[in-house]
This record gives sequence, structure tokens and C-alpha cells, in this order.
Amino acid sequence: MARPPLGKLKIFLGYAAGVGKTYQMLEEAQQAKRHGIDVVIGYFEPHGRKDTIAKTEGLEIIPRRKIDYRGGLFEEMDTVAILRRRPQLCVVDEFPHTNVPGAERLKRWQDVQILLDAGIDVYTTMNIQHLESLNDQVWSITGIRVRETIPDWVMQQADQVVMVDLTPRALLNRLARGVVYSQEKAQKALDNFFQESTLVVLRELALRQTAHEVEIRQVDYDAPGFEPESGYHDEAEPQAASERILILVTPDPATAMLIRRGKRVADYLHAECFAVSVSREVDLHDMPARDREMVERHLNFARNLHIETRILQGHDIAKTLVEFAHLNGVTQIFLTRPRPSQWPALSRRSLVQQVVHLARDMQVTIAADRANRAQPQPV
Amino acid sequence: MPTAIRRRSPEELLQQVQAEEDYERRGRLKVFLGYASGVGKSFRMLDEGRRRKERGQDVVVGAIQPKTSPESEAILDKLEVIPLREVSGVAVMDAEAILKRHPGVCLVDGLAYDNPPGSAHASRWEDVNDLLDAGISVITSVNIQYIDDLRERVQRITGKHVSQTVPRSFLNSADEIVVVDAPPEMCIAYDGQTGGAASPEQTLSELREIALLLAADVVDKQLEAYLRRNGIPQTFGAQERILVCITPRANAGPMIASGKRNADRFHGDLTVAYVRQAEISADDQEALERNLAIARAAHAHIEILDGQDPIETLLDFAHEHGITQIFVGHSIHEQWWERFTGTPLDRLIRGAHDIDVRVFPH
Repeated sequence: MARPPLGKLKIFLGYAAGVGKTYQMLEEAQQAKRHGIDVVIGYFEPHGRKDTIAKTEGLEIIPRRKIDYRGGLFEEMDTVAILRRRPQLCVVDEFPHTNVPGAERLKRWQDVQILLDAGIDVYTTMNIQHLESLNDQVWSITGIRVRETIPDWVMQQADQVVMVDLTPRALLNRLARGVVYSQEKAQKALDNFFQESTLVVLRELALRQTAHEVEIRQVDYDAPGFEPESGYHDEAEPQAASERILILVTPDPATAMLIRRGKRVADYLHAECFAVSVSREVDLHDMPARDREMVERHLNFARNLHIETRILQGHDIAKTLVEFAHLNGVTQIFLTRPRPSQWPALSRRSLVQQVVHLARDMQVTIAADRANRAQPQPV
Repeated sequence: MPTAIRRRSPEELLQQVQAEEDYERRGRLKVFLGYASGVGKSFRMLDEGRRRKERGQDVVVGAIQPKTSPESEAILDKLEVIPLREVSGVAVMDAEAILKRHPGVCLVDGLAYDNPPGSAHASRWEDVNDLLDAGISVITSVNIQYIDDLRERVQRITGKHVSQTVPRSFLNSADEIVVVDAPPEMCIAYDGQTGGAASPEQTLSELREIALLLAADVVDKQLEAYLRRNGIPQTFGAQERILVCITPRANAGPMIASGKRNADRFHGDLTVAYVRQAEISADDQEALERNLAIARAAHAHIEILDGQDPIETLLDFAHEHGITQIFVGHSIHEQWWERFTGTPLDRLIRGAHDIDVRVFPH
């Protein structure tokens, strides 16, 4: 992995708008300032909330930069100006934000990365639903496909993750009193994201993620003799410590889901993770253009999540995949569910069957299709 | 042998209606959960009481710890306080006086306190339970070291022994739970004792993790209760729930070990299920018992299911219980006719569209 950045990142994690992330971040920024630290606000989204706006008082704000895009004027964080100003600590609201085209970087988290590399500490805010590996679960829970995501490794890199917690009932009260949004916007919000059961699940996800982030920062799992809790020993599986997960990348659109899931499982198991596609030619040129584009897109997505990728050359997908897995000590292969058309014809086995048949000493996971079960909602 | 077939009987439905009515009558319980002294749970509790009073609710203070911060004192001045009562020289919460006063909301600090001999109940949480039964809502605070099933773990970390406890089931009944979360360096009042942990930071970090997971578990219980009350089947959740399907012939050891490790790492739930087969041989029965013993050693929930078709029975169970991963063994000896009908594995995968299926070689 790359050298850790010089600046320290602290993430204020919430599960919905209005739980008080920005408020708490500013509160802590004010405390830092009182302790003599040079603090600036790099980006702040007031949302018209009076209490929060009051918390910015006395903090220097770096003016936003204006970007002209298709005749509209958009405002983004001015990373260059912050670098020039060189504070010790910079406050950046809305970590998962996507910049308007024309900005140097696609995402705000990439701008934050620049600040950290320059040795500036950063406080930032985000909601759990923006974590990449939870994207499909969040979709299935809320019916909303979140487009602005933070790769899990970016969160892992943070020095600290604190959860800004508020119970769903208290949040709904706030919403009803118009603290979070204006009345009419509040009604819209209540209709989709802000249903109590949805909030409860999102909150649980955030609590578990925060616990996970706390845990990975405290123990060296690869240290010999580490055994989590209970003292139950699994003698049946001596190689348990070194799991390796292999994800098969295909043109199937469900591959994105497969990659997220495989990576999440790998992260929790502290396993290594690879993603490979199989093609007759190394440059994928035997595939139809549409398939090739999909495979390349999926491999690229995997790389963005810090998964090592490879294109394997071979005629028989199952055979090539399992051979690679054997050579590389893979313990678990991840596959997408067979499409309806791929269920066994009389003459041949499905890919899943072939892989299961060949991979005699490995586990094979067929990842779920986490389709949305809530009411479909336009984004 | 434990048996559980999850089909709602009329009695269960009646119980559900009863549960709904009880829920409507009872006061609401809100718990501020701390993992070290000094994180500010008493202040948060009082502050919530103050805000509720400002919004017009009838709030009283039922019990407060002897040592309070100046900020807390300032709030206490604005709230009605029901004085503590002396029993055998010990100050205890005067539950009777509170019941007589019958406020809308009662603030109770230190949920884990023991009452002296001669009191109506041995512990303060039981008094709180009475208040809730009387329809009084309670806001309370407790430290994780007093939760009965966490006590030993916390003790190993802090090296401190406590005798009072609050049952986990009581905590699970809370309507709202809040972790008073502050990163370790903020807990200034921490007394610096460490048990097994390397440093005070490490100690606090481990306690913080336990508190967050405890809150997540309680939230999960709330969600279950909410879905039950509203008749919504549990189809989604935040917790990983792993179902390991075993047979007498299954190579259950590695499957359960892997299930256990996955459940631990995800802080999820582990269930081992067996679909009862008609007339199995004595050898198979013995093998099955061995496999179930492995499951018990791994502290898995064990479910013996009945059903005509094993695959359908497992899928029904999995869908009903919000299972996220199914672990199955697969025999490589495929029957010739299965080339035409599809193997049981195919049927399982087909039916488990929103559940991961992990296949273990035999």
C-alpha cells in the first residue's frame, strides 16, 4: 500500500442528514482553535441551519472557487487556495461530494487526499450510505442507488472515525420541527430516506461500521496467536489466518455488486483479494466490443477499490480460473449468480457447476443479487 | 435436542396482539450507554430532560449520582427532583414517591445500582421497570461494565470487578439507546486503570468497540420488534446472519469453523440448521450428533427443521430470518439424473437470489 499521508484525517460519520455531523465537526474545530491550532474552513454547507452556522463564528473561511459549467456557475472547494494558506487543520464538509466537471479532480475526497499529502490535518463528514462496499445493501434497504461513494480504503486510512449518533426518533422530531430542512423539503425527505425502519437499519450499519473501524485500529490481526473473543479454536482449518479471495470479473453487470461484496468480505476476514477476468487473448480482443468495455470497466472499478487485477489467458473459463486459484493459494472464489439463460442445458454444466466441480479444495461463493426490496425511488 | 419450527401458531399471533397492547401502555425507555466514566452520559441524560421540559413535557429527576459536574448542577437547578429515600443508611431512589407523583418522564441516573436489603426490589433497574409498567417514560444512563453478559469481558479489559448487573434482556427492551461516544483522548476523567490491555488508550478503544456493538445489537432487536409489531417480514438488516446447513455426512467441522470465524469478524449471528431426514441409520445419527456437538461448541443457534423438501425448508427458514449467507457442502459425486433436473445446489442457488451461497467441498 502507498505511504500514509502526512496529515491526519478524522471522519465524523452519521447515518442521515440532520444527525449533527457538521455541528460536531465545527464544535471540535472550535476546540482545536482554542488550543492554539491554526484552523480554516475549506468547505462548509450551511443548509440554512442557524445553530450550525453559528458554530462557524470566528473560524476563517477560505472562499469557494467558482467554476463555469454549461453556462451555470458552480462553487467548489478551492484546494489550491487552501494549500497556499497552509493551515494546520482544515474543515471539509461532505466528503463524498462529486465535483463539477472542470475541476481538477472528480471527487472531493481526492481533494482531501491532496491536503493530507501536504501535511494538513482534515476533519470531514459523511453518512454511512456513501461507503462503497455497502452500496448494494443501502440500495436494497432504501431504494436509493447512492452515486457518490467513498472507497473503503479511504475510510480505513482515516486516523479516526467517530460516530455522530442521534436516535431515529429524535431525528424525526427534529425533521418535523423544521430544524433539518424546510417544511416542504422535509415532507419529501420523510417520504423516502426518513422512514423510521430505514433509519434504524442505517443507524445499525453505522454503529457496526464504526465498531469495525475502531477494531481494525487497535489489533494487529496478523500477529501470531491472535484469536477473536470466545476462545473457540478451529483446528479443522489450520490455514484459517491466510485467506485469499478471488473474484471472477465478467461482462455481467452484477459484477460490480460481486466486487463490492467480495472486497467487503475480504476486508472483514483480513484476507487478500484479487479480481481476474478470463479471455482467449490478453487484450480481451476476442470479446465483442460491448463485453470488452464492461470487463474493462469492472476491472477498473476493482482497481479503484485497491483490488489487484489480472487478465488471464485461456479458452476454458472455469479451468483457467481454478488453475490460477490453485497456483496462488486462493481459499475462496466469488462468482455472480448464473443468469436465467445459463441454467444447465441438457448438454453442459453452468459455470458455477464447473467451478464447484473443479475447485475441490476451495470454497465457492455465489454472491446474492441484492435487488432493491423497498419501493423504487427515483434518485 | 432443541427443536424449533418457525410457523406462527394462533397462540403466537395472540401473543403478538398482547405484545402490541403492552407496548402501547408501557412508558418508553431511553438509555444513554457509556463505556467509561467521564464520557458524559449523566450530562446527556439531564440535558435531554431539560430540553423535553422546555418542550412542555412533565419531567422529574428520580435519581442522580452523588458527584455531578457544574454543568449538570446548572440543569438540576431547573428540574424538579424527587428526593432519595434512606433505607438502612443507604440513599435509594424513591420509586413509590415517583409513582405517586406520576410524571410523564423520569430521569434515572445509574441504572445498575443495587438497593439495600429491605427494599421492594434488589436492583434499581427493577424499580425502573415498575415505573415503565405504570406508563412513566424513563431516561436512564448505564455503563457497559454492568451489563450482565458483558461484565466478564469488560472486567478482563479493565481489571475492575463490579457486582451489580443489569440484564441484557432489559436493555434489549429499550426503545432508544444512545452510545455516548467520544474518542478515547476525550475521556479526561478516566482513572487510568488497565487490565489486560496495553495502555489506557487501548483499554478505552476496546471498551468503545464493545459499546458500539452492544448498541448495534440493541438497535437490531428494536428493528425486529418494530417489524413484528407492524407485520413486516424481516427481509433486510444490517447484521450479517450466517446459516450453516449440515447433514450427517457433511464435513461439518470446517464449515462451522468458517461460519464461526465469519460471524465473529462481522460481529454477526451464526445458526446451524439440519433438516430432519426420515429414518436415518444409527451411524448417521451418531455422525449427526457429532456435527451438532461441534455447532454447540461454536455457540451457534441450532435449528432442527422439518419439511418435505430440504432445499425449500432451508430457503424458507433463511428468508424468514433475514439470513445473508448460506453455507452448504457439495458432494462432487453428481447423480446422472441431476444433469437433467438440476442438482440440489442449483435449486438452492436459484432460490437464494438475495442471499450469498458459499459452497464447501466435501
